[in-house]
Amino acid sequence: MSATTTGLSTAAVAGAGGVQPETRARPARRARGWWRWAVFAVLGLYFLVPLAASVWFTVRSRDGVTADAYASIPSAEGFAENFGRSLALGALTVVIALLLTVPTVVLVELRLPRLRPLVELLTLVPLLLPPIALVVGVRSVLAWAPEHFFGTPLAEAFFALQEPALPWILVLVYVVLALPFVYRALDAGVRGAQLRTLTEAARVLGASWPRVMLSVVLPVLRTSVLNAAFLTLALVLGEFTVANILGFETFPTWIVRIAGSQPRLSVAVSVLSLLLTWALLLLISALDRRRREEDPA
Amino acid sequence: MPFLLYVAVFLLLPVGVLAVEAFRAVDPVTFEESWSTANIGTVTGGAYARSYVGSLQLSAITAVLGAVLGLALAFAVVNTRRGRLLRRLVLTASGVLANFGGVPLAFAFLATIGNAGVVTAVLTGPLGLDGFRLASMAGLALVYLYFLVPLMVLTIIPAVEALRPQWREASDVLGASGWQYWRHVGGPVLAPPVLGATMLLFASAFAAYATARALVGSSLPLVTLQIADSLSSNVIVGAENLGKALALGMVVLVGLVMVFYTWVQRRTSRWLS
Repeated sequence: MSATTTGLSTAAVAGAGGVQPETRARPARRARGWWRWAVFAVLGLYFLVPLAASVWFTVRSRDGVTADAYASIPSAEGFAENFGRSLALGALTVVIALLLTVPTVVLVELRLPRLRPLVELLTLVPLLLPPIALVVGVRSVLAWAPEHFFGTPLAEAFFALQEPALPWILVLVYVVLALPFVYRALDAGVRGAQLRTLTEAARVLGASWPRVMLSVVLPVLRTSVLNAAFLTLALVLGEFTVANILGFETFPTWIVRIAGSQPRLSVAVSVLSLLLTWALLLLISALDRRRREEDPA
Repeated sequence: MPFLLYVAVFLLLPVGVLAVEAFRAVDPVTFEESWSTANIGTVTGGAYARSYVGSLQLSAITAVLGAVLGLALAFAVVNTRRGRLLRRLVLTASGVLANFGGVPLAFAFLATIGNAGVVTAVLTGPLGLDGFRLASMAGLALVYLYFLVPLMVLTIIPAVEALRPQWREASDVLGASGWQYWRHVGGPVLAPPVLGATMLLFASAFAAYATARALVGSSLPLVTLQIADSLSSNVIVGAENLGKALALGMVVLVGLVMVFYTWVQRRTSRWLS
């Protein structure tokens, strides 16, 4: 219950991957149930019409229906390059975010529970802080390199971070943006797993700390890690503000750039990316459930 | 702890620099920098103040609407019998739309009710409706709800599920009316999480940039669009620091909302106990 009373509940922020254990629905009061269908009808229309209209927009043409817009995606100028770059950025972000957060969550849970409020607060900040404000600050810091440190190794490092082919600075900022999701997904996993008992057992049996991390903690947290990784990847693939302000081209900024000249292509890519992401999430949540049924940990 | 170090360098340092450099001004003639509150003065008046007001209004309206609709959907999903598949569909779709949304969303709406949109053709043709423009505040509000409602659903479903059916049964057995149940049991339990989620929605709408940028360019008075404009402007000397001042203003406003939220939260928890 603590999650619900703090207001910003944990599983929620962690996103749909963190599907809640299902409780049985309350016995239906059929007479009063009409409002549910009204809600489903109105919101269903609201959410489905734009998707359907987008699909229609991309397939209609003078002589009937055609899938040209979709067929031309792989060969579209800049698609492979920018999509690949966004994927690489996403993968790096996932790795760094996990390396940073997993030990922190475990350490806070087992050794330093007093730090919990601080860590929670810090991971909440990126959720509320407008990314555009953060990136304006980052830009100011990056501007130090030519202004103050010119000719020093530090400036070289700053410039290296901004290599357009693979802008590491984006990775570093994305890790911050992903922290709330990663931390909450992992925290929910740790709390549900009785980590203390498990690690103590492993220690008593003579396992070293690295061994405990690898063979006890990570397997217990695998679902949470999977959730966190997926949400981070989705976040990076969809992120526009930071890349745009810092002037790098990624998948989303590419879509916006081509929208003017190739509206149908841009809509087709958008629809496809939304549906693919959704399918992936459904898949993960299905796998997650199956595993939970196999070994109710 | 590397975690704290990382947060300090990549989160606190940029914001700190923002707070300092917002108070620096560049002399247009000599290009010398000096301490000044000129930027702050500029962004709290005139067109910039209007953009804050525009952003705040849009965020407040969409946050409240999104909270109401999202809560309704959450209740509908939780109370549907044998709705496992439905629930999974809704939750995963919410995850996608709330976290990934942005640019794809804007284009979906352009294809639907933009100038050449599919639904536009239907509305203006046979139905004769005209005058609704996507590149307006109302249009933006409509699009924002498309990611705010899912965000609300994700945030509030755990709280809605925590309302035990037994409480309702107990209150029914004791002869309470539906109104009394919500007044004394359901409402107080749900109020803090609903409030927190609404604030999250507000912050999210306030910070939204991608959707607005992809939809309307920079023609509407929104702070995020103004910031991006002032950063890319090479014409006006010192415009960059103006952008910093604008961004600082956003941080301060979100901070104020946070303080207000904590205050209300404390009051509701006192009322509960």
